[in-house]
Amino acid sequence: MKSQQEIHDDLHSIRDIMEKSSKFLSLSGLSGILAGIYALCGAIMALWLSIELRVPNYTSGTDYHIIRKAPQLLWQLTLIAILVLAASITTGLILSGRKAKKQGTTLWTPATYRVIINLIIPLATGGIVIITQIIFGNYEFVAPGCLVFYGLALIAASPNLYEEVRYLGYSEIILGVICGFLPGYGLFFWATGFGIFHIFYGALMFRKYEG
Amino acid sequence: MKNPFENFDKILEHRTRLQIMGVLTANDSYDFNTLKQLLQTTDGNLATHIKALEKEKYIIVQKSFVDRKPNTRYKISERGRSAFKKHLDAMEEVIKNQKR
Repeated sequence: MKSQQEIHDDLHSIRDIMEKSSKFLSLSGLSGILAGIYALCGAIMALWLSIELRVPNYTSGTDYHIIRKAPQLLWQLTLIAILVLAASITTGLILSGRKAKKQGTTLWTPATYRVIINLIIPLATGGIVIITQIIFGNYEFVAPGCLVFYGLALIAASPNLYEEVRYLGYSEIILGVICGFLPGYGLFFWATGFGIFHIFYGALMFRKYEG
Repeated sequence: MKNPFENFDKILEHRTRLQIMGVLTANDSYDFNTLKQLLQTTDGNLATHIKALEKEKYIIVQKSFVDRKPNTRYKISERGRSAFKKHLDAMEEVIKNQKR
């Protein structure tokens, strides 16, 4: 017959192994902070480019008009966005890989694959929808579209991630919806959602799981 | 007082078996090598426990090939799920009774 302590330990080990087996626990909070910093740098570059172009009548609150007046900006902004995305993913993979090694596991577990699939479906859908809107010149849809679909992707992937990711997802969706009502402030909302929010939640996760 | 251990499942009393059942409850399916890594056990040890669970029809074994390498995946059966739940309930019961 087992002692009460043994049963206690059994239950604890089951809970521990269930969490470890189903969650991608190597996600690095530090990479969230860095992704936020990259996004802020990208936003500052975008702002600088818009001012540099000296678009006539440029005032804050009309930022999507700039692209209509200076089409070359579309490609420059796309390039900045791709660079920010690539830098964030690379940093995320490197730092999470390092964290996994420290935890004595590998980055590529069944939970990781599930996270990637759950992220890709809403992100690809959102990407296609946003591209169709760009083709039709609805630039004011880009920022809220990015935020809302990114938020949905995070929520879809959150069962296999730390719980903070779900709250980040909710925050992005709320921000995206507000942004939709305020066309012309897209860059400001984009910088808040991808910059400030990532830094905030990344720092929260870093303190809680890596501190 | 009735014996609180009478609801214990003899097959599931070993911790490694409990952990295997836990992993298969939390995931649709799991493969041998990842499971071995996760539980930090040896090939032989894990195989023995899996065989015991398989014999009792608590888990379902799916053998297939990935890139011509054998890939064995395990799933929990309905029978296994209810047995696991019953055993957990019994464990909880014992702890509750002894706290009083």
